[in-house]
Amino acid sequence: MKKNINELIHLANKLRKHAVQMTSSGSSSHVGSILSIADILAVLYGSILKFKVKNPSWPNRDRFILSKGHAGAGVYAVLAESGFFSVDILKTHYQNGSDLSGHVSHKGIPGVEFSTGSLGHGLPVITGMALAAKINNQKHRYFVLMSDGECNEGSNWEAIMFAAHHNLNNLIAVVDRNMLQSIYSTEETVKLEPFSEKWRSFGWEVEEVDGHSCQDLFNSLSKGRQNSDKPLCIIAKTIKGKGVSFMENNILWHYRSPKGDEFNEAMKELDN
Amino acid sequence: MRDSFIKSLIDIAKKDKDLVLLTGDLGFGIFEDFENMFPGQYYNVGVAEQNMTSIASGLALEGKKVFTYSLANFPTLRCLEQIRNDACYHNLNVNIVASGGGFSYGQLGMSHHATEDISIMRALPNVKLVVPSSPWEAENATKELYKSEGVGYLRIDKTNGVQEKPSQPFKIGESISIQSGNDVCFIACGGIINEVVDSAKSLKRVGISSEIISMHTIKPLDVNILTKVSGKYKLVVSVEEGNVIGGLGSAISEFCMESGHIPPKFMKIGLKDIYSSIVGDQAYLRAKYQMDAKYITEAVLEKLAT
Repeated sequence: MKKNINELIHLANKLRKHAVQMTSSGSSSHVGSILSIADILAVLYGSILKFKVKNPSWPNRDRFILSKGHAGAGVYAVLAESGFFSVDILKTHYQNGSDLSGHVSHKGIPGVEFSTGSLGHGLPVITGMALAAKINNQKHRYFVLMSDGECNEGSNWEAIMFAAHHNLNNLIAVVDRNMLQSIYSTEETVKLEPFSEKWRSFGWEVEEVDGHSCQDLFNSLSKGRQNSDKPLCIIAKTIKGKGVSFMENNILWHYRSPKGDEFNEAMKELDN
Repeated sequence: MRDSFIKSLIDIAKKDKDLVLLTGDLGFGIFEDFENMFPGQYYNVGVAEQNMTSIASGLALEGKKVFTYSLANFPTLRCLEQIRNDACYHNLNVNIVASGGGFSYGQLGMSHHATEDISIMRALPNVKLVVPSSPWEAENATKELYKSEGVGYLRIDKTNGVQEKPSQPFKIGESISIQSGNDVCFIACGGIINEVVDSAKSLKRVGISSEIISMHTIKPLDVNILTKVSGKYKLVVSVEEGNVIGGLGSAISEFCMESGHIPPKFMKIGLKDIYSSIVGDQAYLRAKYQMDAKYITEAVLEKLAT
């Protein structure tokens, strides 16, 4: 059942709470990265992707890869909220013996299409998957969610060229454009701008959207692609740490785990 | 060997439309028949080995059986993490073919000398590693890797190796006896087995008889044959065109030490943990880096005398 916009907003908020809880109890990193993509995940799983929770390998499902695997807890949370497995399992994230690794893994976890963690792999792999669908004349779609920082990786640009050359209009790359990477901003590290122009000049259609507006994300992600012969890049303008005031735009929360008062304050903000 | 691989691939593609061949912009003049016969099953991905390997993994995730092709170190070392994370971890039917093993492209320089690929690929779980010692082995290895689950690595070189078709069938992980003997047992992989055959002839002239085994599969290793030969010969010699660290010789010695099937004497022939900075043709470099028939013969005689 597809969710309406209010339900998507509610789902995104749930994902944010899961993110704070999971990174707190697991003493794990990357809460800021997960908060950055909560709305994108909510819209994808709540209203865009076709899937069957009882049959995760249903051949006609839409495919999704999280290329920024360090935000894997967000995917585990949205899969649990979508019904692939019990929400209780999220408590095992980062624990000894758990399948729920810090970087997203498919092993033992229904609904995860592909394991990532090292950056620059998701887009090239899903490009191969999208090519297979073209060869087989299949109609489902292929989505990958990337970080902006990982666009430093040359492997992405190899795939960007390849996907455009082969007119893979069944492929949609969403870039989490929060402007921050591991130490500095993307522009201080190795500047990405003019970012949209780069993708466009490589032969992609490009849309820039508010990555925290479920309505805008839905509008861009739900557009039919049959009249285009290009892959689509959606540059989702986001805020790292979105939803928790003291985490927003603060690189510290790429690493820090919320504990004690910080945890309580974060949950309180998300409850309001 | 390369022609045998392509012939085999064409045979497979005639029966299976899910076979896909990717090349990293290499193979001028050799893939034309394949491309013309199976246009939707052939993609030149450009000079982009990382992308080639990930594309192959994506295709395989969707049920395709994929071969990637390039030269020397390009389809392996250049994209090692894509092989590890994308293809191997997901245990996909992706078969990596490197043409130009060892010193096949000797004159082109160190960048084109594939001398650590066996060692490095062997360390990856879910990989079947085949280094054929004859065109017949290359042809059959292609078919077997296509049929098998998981990642395959097929390393072929310019020298054709032994030519006679053996009586036994080809199976991944089962070595092939090229000739029998009583004193020395050579275990070799790749076209360099020619040097072993020549060395065995020289040794025979001085009264030393040699068995020669083609250990075409380095992983999984044929340990059954090792248990048989370890106690039978005065000397066991591994021969490979690559670094002696981590390759065939290492695989043999690891098994022998762990299992207790230890031959009286053991020797590894291969590149002695150095980079090959000198150029020359394959025969020249084998001699230069102490793995040609002459060197092997001298080394065996010295080892037997000590």
